[in-house]
Amino acid sequence: MYDAVNTEQSVQQTDTKISARNVQVYYGDTHAIKDVDVDIAGNTVTAFIGPSGCGKSTFLRCLNRMNDTIDICRVEGLIELDGEDIYDPKVDPVQLRAKVGMVFQKPNPFPKSIYDNIAYGPRIHGMARSKADLDEIVERALRRGAIWDEVKDRLDAPGTGLSGGQQQRLCIARAVATEPEVLLMDEPCSALDPIATAQVEELIDELRQNYSVVIVTHSMQQAARVSQKTAFFHLGNLVEFGDTSQIFTNPEDPRTESYITGRIG
Amino acid sequence: MPVFWLALIVLALAAAGFLAGRVRALSSGGGNIRNLHSLPAYYGWHVALMVLVPSFLILIVWLLVQPVLVNNAVSGLLPDRAVSEDTTLGLVMSDVRRVADGLDAAVSAGAMTPDEAQSIRSEFTNVRDKLGSVGVALGSDVSPEILSAAQKYRGMTATGRFWMTVVVLAAAVGGFAFALRRTSAGFRARNVVESGIRALLLGAASIAVLTTIGIVLSLVFNTIEFFRLYPAADFFFGLTWAPSFGGGSQLGILPLLWGTFYISFIALAVAVPIGLFAAIYLSEYAGPKVRAMAKPLLEVLAGIPTIVYGLFALLTVGPLLLGIFGGQGLGWMQAGTAVMTAGIVMGIMLIPFVSSLSDDIINAVPQSMRDGSYGLGATKSETIRQVVIPAALPGIVGAVLLAASRAIGETMIVVLGAGAAARLSMNPFDAMTTVTAKIVSQLTGDADFASPEALVAFALGMTLFIVTLGLNVLALYIVRKYREQYE
Amino acid sequence: MTDATSTPGPMDAPAVKGSLHVQDARTRKRNAAEARFKFYGLSAVAIGLVFLVVLLTAIIGNGVGAFQQSFIAAQVYLDPARLDKAGDRNIEDIKKVSTFGYTPLIQQAVFDKVTELGIDTPFDDAKDMKALISASAAAIVRDEVIANPDLIGQTVEFRLLAASRVDGYLKGRVSRDSVARDKNIDAEHLDLVDALRDEGIIAKGFNASFITGADASESRPEQAGLGVSILGSFFMMLVVLGLSLPVGVAASIYLEEFASKNRLTDIIEVNISNLAAVPSIVFGILGLAVFIQFMHLPQSAPLVGGLVLTLMTLPTIIISTRASLKAVPPSIRDAALGVGASKMQSVFHHVLPLAMPGILTGTIIGLAQALGETAPLLLIGMVGYIATNYPEGLAGGFIDPNSAMPAQIYEWAKRADPAYYERAWGGIIILLVFLMTMNIIAILLRRRFERRW
Repeated sequence: MYDAVNTEQSVQQTDTKISARNVQVYYGDTHAIKDVDVDIAGNTVTAFIGPSGCGKSTFLRCLNRMNDTIDICRVEGLIELDGEDIYDPKVDPVQLRAKVGMVFQKPNPFPKSIYDNIAYGPRIHGMARSKADLDEIVERALRRGAIWDEVKDRLDAPGTGLSGGQQQRLCIARAVATEPEVLLMDEPCSALDPIATAQVEELIDELRQNYSVVIVTHSMQQAARVSQKTAFFHLGNLVEFGDTSQIFTNPEDPRTESYITGRIG
Repeated sequence: MPVFWLALIVLALAAAGFLAGRVRALSSGGGNIRNLHSLPAYYGWHVALMVLVPSFLILIVWLLVQPVLVNNAVSGLLPDRAVSEDTTLGLVMSDVRRVADGLDAAVSAGAMTPDEAQSIRSEFTNVRDKLGSVGVALGSDVSPEILSAAQKYRGMTATGRFWMTVVVLAAAVGGFAFALRRTSAGFRARNVVESGIRALLLGAASIAVLTTIGIVLSLVFNTIEFFRLYPAADFFFGLTWAPSFGGGSQLGILPLLWGTFYISFIALAVAVPIGLFAAIYLSEYAGPKVRAMAKPLLEVLAGIPTIVYGLFALLTVGPLLLGIFGGQGLGWMQAGTAVMTAGIVMGIMLIPFVSSLSDDIINAVPQSMRDGSYGLGATKSETIRQVVIPAALPGIVGAVLLAASRAIGETMIVVLGAGAAARLSMNPFDAMTTVTAKIVSQLTGDADFASPEALVAFALGMTLFIVTLGLNVLALYIVRKYREQYE
Repeated sequence: MTDATSTPGPMDAPAVKGSLHVQDARTRKRNAAEARFKFYGLSAVAIGLVFLVVLLTAIIGNGVGAFQQSFIAAQVYLDPARLDKAGDRNIEDIKKVSTFGYTPLIQQAVFDKVTELGIDTPFDDAKDMKALISASAAAIVRDEVIANPDLIGQTVEFRLLAASRVDGYLKGRVSRDSVARDKNIDAEHLDLVDALRDEGIIAKGFNASFITGADASESRPEQAGLGVSILGSFFMMLVVLGLSLPVGVAASIYLEEFASKNRLTDIIEVNISNLAAVPSIVFGILGLAVFIQFMHLPQSAPLVGGLVLTLMTLPTIIISTRASLKAVPPSIRDAALGVGASKMQSVFHHVLPLAMPGILTGTIIGLAQALGETAPLLLIGMVGYIATNYPEGLAGGFIDPNSAMPAQIYEWAKRADPAYYERAWGGIIILLVFLMTMNIIAILLRRRFERRW
């Protein structure tokens, strides 16, 4: 259904949205990310895989400066969004995060109504000029989050009352409501059951039409299913980065192969 | 101090029992510890506990019950004419006790022989002077009825004491013998001692319940007594508070409640915004160094006794406010003691209370909630105002209710800072008074406990207890529900 | 399923357009709001700290004066004709001479000093010196003479307690304006005080008797001290410690280690958390009704005060003790049970010793709270009693009527003479020193024994 509108965007798939060069992250004295170079393309799903503690989530959180909220965390190197350094002192992380949205491991709806959960972002960013505008934004976001049909009759019910899978789709809808350019997802399905996971995966594939999606995942099958590009992290290093099909069928690095075949991790 | 000596004797018996039990167990086991069921010390403890627990229980119960029984017996013996119109039985009995105490003092000071004390007649001797000479001052001359009642009182007390000594010692010795006879190598001393100790632990835990029962009973009985003398409707709905010990008092609680709530309201108006913002700053903004400095410093305010705040209100804040709002300034204030004075100082006292409770509650809001908001591009203050605070709201409401209960029950600040006049006024610079302040003023001084003017304090205490208890229960319920939500 | 959104509407524009390096107007506004909010928080902390500073400044500024007292140095001739008419130095006869016998000698001594120094003064009678000297000075000289009758007939150097107004004048509390309507002293006397101060006859010295001394009557603030009520507080704290520590620990052990989850346990738990929040004055009512009305224990006795404060502190101690017991990991209990110890043995041999530092810390903090508590003491008669006598012996310490530090401070604050306000503030300094010491001990204990499992 989207194809007709989005062919143009598909053409731009190779354009670099985010480019990271020589990124180092320190937690206090621990060197958590070492020398990572990566280019994330627009309208692509990029998966970060790797064993626990390999730094994939840490790196993800660098991309919208969520690490700023952790006192002892220090980031070095260059990360550019559309050619602009996001760690430049002139950059307001608040503006950055509006462009680079994030969905978290555990569904974290606010203790508010479903409507207010979605309207929160548009409200703080002043995106709606009227109540009608806001209603439209909320509806569109809920549709994009593939949850509209389930909640349209109870928009005033608390978001915390939904099931786990619904909560996570609500959180995705909440993230897309601010019209970000990039959507970061930190293991979005790890707290969900298989059916909810399938729904969210389907959603991620749809989201690719409008956004550049970066997903951190533990599950290689999931990475293979949803992503076009895959980056394999190990012990804070980016070991291998390339097309998903190539990584899973013909990895260059022996460590990647070991991980994919289940010998490490 | 015979009770003291009695207790000492029982303790000595227990110590002896400990040694005897040990020795007997060891000898029955043939001197070999391996033949015993329990360690030797348990056999010792078994005997010691059997000596101590029953005898001390008897001692305590006897000490509690005997004065009541003697009191009832003696007041039953008092002829009707001793209780004349302008006095009450309670007053007469307190005279009787005072005379009896005086006679005791005279005997122990050597001014009288014990026989003299029992046979002395006020018809022949001036008892008041005689007692005065040993330092017991009596308000009036001793009537023959009271003197003879006092002598009976002494007699019965002495008999009671004698039997108490006998019974307690008998219990101690009996326990000693019984426990020692049971002691043998096969006796499961550890199990017996442990269940004994367990019972003692349960007893200690029940003291909290006993305290509550004590509070409720002492409030209820005296309140019922008060309502017998003064109509409850006038108490609850009366608009005037004008006690006079000569009679004809008007004891309406409404002006006191108004003062209480007005002062508490001002206190909360000071403490809640400051405490809440301080908690927000310290938990969300301040660096670890600032937090490590400022938090304990703020909590110093909570450790300062309320008498200090009372003095601060009376001598510093009151005069300061009077300078601004008083006759020289705006002319709204007549004296340093006022609702505003007490309210502000109480607010200062409550700041750390509100801030540390809110701090806990704000910290209980999961970090994922904040991350969710930051991830959408919200600023810190937007996150706090629109996500953290609404999420923490039930907990904060609970904290405010707890603070309100504190404010309503606070005594020293209002006694010193709020004034003594009970009035229904809107002006926060007027002196007003509170329930707690009036409890103090009605129960200190030489009021007769049987008069409505004194008993009203118990009705006030009852009201205070119910209001604060209700607030606490509600607040604890809200806070618990709130915590469950995030666990 | 998303047809409705496929045509981009007017609101399809992203929240943030253009470069990240340029802040748009809305972001600037939001950041300003952010800065304001942060500033409110900082101001709240600052206001709280300012209150603390103001409070401490008021206490120290007003109270330090109480630790200084003005004395008049004078050589008093202890005239045998007045003090020992018989001349045989019989101690019983000497005791019969009341303070009235000493007053003229003291006044004469001060007057002699004034004449000797050639101070220009309108006064020509020794009796005019009365306004300068405390009424207590004679009693102090008399005590000295009774202790040492051989002094009679000699001229002895005394540091006589100056009157409260003179003391206030030297400390700046009494001014020449304020004495205009004061019948105790007048401007001429203040001139004399100025002259004597210049000569070094009247001087301020450390006031040890404020810390050790007894309370005095309403008219003699210069003599009042806190010593007796410190003893009263001390005996009360002994009672509180002796009862609340064992009972509190026993109750906590029961609730934490042995109690099965049943109705009785529930009732006890709810009770304790509610008792902790019952206003302290209600405990005073309980003490009055149960200990004094019902059990006829003596009024104003530290024993009764201690009992009331014990009931009040118990919930606090139980709550903190349970927290310390909870902090001991279950593995310790399992280890003890695993080697065949009974439940009771595992608790008393292993858990309790490990929890002890935490229990003691909680107890000290509970004691500090009890030490500063005033309201319940008002109701059991520890106020209004003038604590002029030291308790006799150990039993007397518990039974004899006494006051307590905070009750004494309250008593002083109620008296009309502003000289007593200074005493009240000074008393607060002493009280806070005690509280601070206790809290520091608690903190040190916690630091020293704190264990991370």
